[in-house]
Amino acid sequence: MTAAAPLQVHDLSTTLFTRRGTMKAVDGLSLTVGAGETVALVGESGCGKSLSALSIMRLLPDPPARVTAGRVTLNGRDLVPLPEPSMLDIRGKEIGMIFQDPMSSLNPVATVEHQIVEVLTTHTALGRTAARQRALELLEMVGMPDAARRLGAYPHQLSGGMCQRVMIAMAIACHPSVLIADEPTTALDVTVQAQVLALLKRLQAEAGMAMIFITHDLGVVAETADRVVVMYAGRKVEEAAVDDLFETPLHPYTAGLIGATPTPGAARAARLADIPGMVPPLNELPAGCAFAARCPRVMERCRHERPALTAPRPGRLVACFAAEQDAA
Amino acid sequence: MDFLSRFSRNRGALVGALVILLVALIAVLAPVFFPTDPLRIVGPPELWPGDDPDFLLGTDSLGRDILAMIVHGARATLLIGLFASAVATLIGVTVGATAGYFGGWVDEASMRAAELFQTIPNLIFVLTIVVILGSTLHNIVIAIGIVSWTPIARMTRAEFLALRDREFVQACRSMGMGDLGIIMGEILPNALPPVIVLSSLVVAGAILFESAVSFLGLGDPNVASWGRLVGDGRQLIRSSWYICAIPGVAIMITVLCLNLIGDGLNDALNPKLRDR
Repeated sequence: MTAAAPLQVHDLSTTLFTRRGTMKAVDGLSLTVGAGETVALVGESGCGKSLSALSIMRLLPDPPARVTAGRVTLNGRDLVPLPEPSMLDIRGKEIGMIFQDPMSSLNPVATVEHQIVEVLTTHTALGRTAARQRALELLEMVGMPDAARRLGAYPHQLSGGMCQRVMIAMAIACHPSVLIADEPTTALDVTVQAQVLALLKRLQAEAGMAMIFITHDLGVVAETADRVVVMYAGRKVEEAAVDDLFETPLHPYTAGLIGATPTPGAARAARLADIPGMVPPLNELPAGCAFAARCPRVMERCRHERPALTAPRPGRLVACFAAEQDAA
Repeated sequence: MDFLSRFSRNRGALVGALVILLVALIAVLAPVFFPTDPLRIVGPPELWPGDDPDFLLGTDSLGRDILAMIVHGARATLLIGLFASAVATLIGVTVGATAGYFGGWVDEASMRAAELFQTIPNLIFVLTIVVILGSTLHNIVIAIGIVSWTPIARMTRAEFLALRDREFVQACRSMGMGDLGIIMGEILPNALPPVIVLSSLVVAGAILFESAVSFLGLGDPNVASWGRLVGDGRQLIRSSWYICAIPGVAIMITVLCLNLIGDGLNDALNPKLRDR
């Protein structure tokens, strides 16, 4: 990815300031997403995926969370030091976001039309009538069945999949160059999930959007992503092109995640591999590698020293001493 | 519509609404029924109801027609109730929404201020304000508004606290909507139903406050509100008690009906009770 990449995150750190002390929820995350590219952000619950997204959007709940270091460059402009009024202009216009639970992400007392029109009139010079016309086009674009009639519907009259289509219509209404999708299909059933993924891919291809796709579902990753960033306890532990990652995971955590995904047709007798233990709480992170306590390939060195990200091959990054040994 | 059918399922509320509509109609048409000044002396004093068919509800100590005063008084009384409730709702929603949405020290400061208002006994507070500002109709309205806003502020604040972290609010932020737009356009419409119920009850409370103020002789001397009629009759309460009783009953029925409406609104607007 070149300097033209619409979104570049450099060394981003987000700290939680709580009564029980400060903890780094996102620690030195770097990420580049090119136009038309999809980068998946993968990891267990609480590994900092969603907080990273909120940090990029500058939507962190403050207090307790604050960005303490790093740069977020969107279309050549650093977002971190920007004053809030400028952020209002950027959110929804240059960068859009889709959330996990579509049913509760829409205002329950406003019609679909009202909510889409609101976004359009916030960011564009469109008049009411033009905005209504555009709202209808957007709904048709996201494949809403019977779009003209659904304009007057309230969220509770729509299914989860339809609500997510409305959310997507709102997120892309002003042609953002970056779209962040935070587990957009987790709350949907599998057939709808596939439809929504196909829709996102189609819209992305049409508009050349850069997309960050946050998920813990590796099946979804394989289907949508170009590159994958694996996070663990707030840090990036591995980054690779999607096929590369599934073929040869370098970090034991990535290997564990892939091993823990059930494969249809695999012998039923074989027990599904799991990763023992839990993600350590952020305020009790060990001095060494955060994964050391659960790692099958743990070495003495891992317990005192934190592995840095290294590039064993071009296009791959991994933070693991065992992987370094393999490469050497 | 959905809302109307739920509202009318509550019989009491339906009756209350009809009675209030009737009172409002009478108030609007007062000049048609009694085109002359109701405070003019038109007959012999202390005429009991039924004594003279010209004065159906009798006359007071000065010989003024009580029916005419009741009909014209409905205007003043209802208007005071409505406007005082509007003032209280305006202050309460503004303070409550700001406190609940922004939280932190804004919340602390406004809730402590609300407590300050709540510690002063309401009636004494109203009387004090009226005495200081002067006994005019709009000063009384403002005074009642100032003592009645605190429950509305607390209710609005509670709704905002519950709604501000909901995902649709977060989604609106992610689309670049500002604080004011989110407060007015997104959260307020969701927070409104319980506030509407409370405001309808404040109307009833305001009528009682105004009656008390007028009864104590601090009402606007140029307006024949029902409370004033009760107050005017109090010297004769042992001989001609009807002078107090008739406007008293009018106040009672109106306040009762407003409370019934409040109940009905609660049934119709509160989603948790909808399927009862």
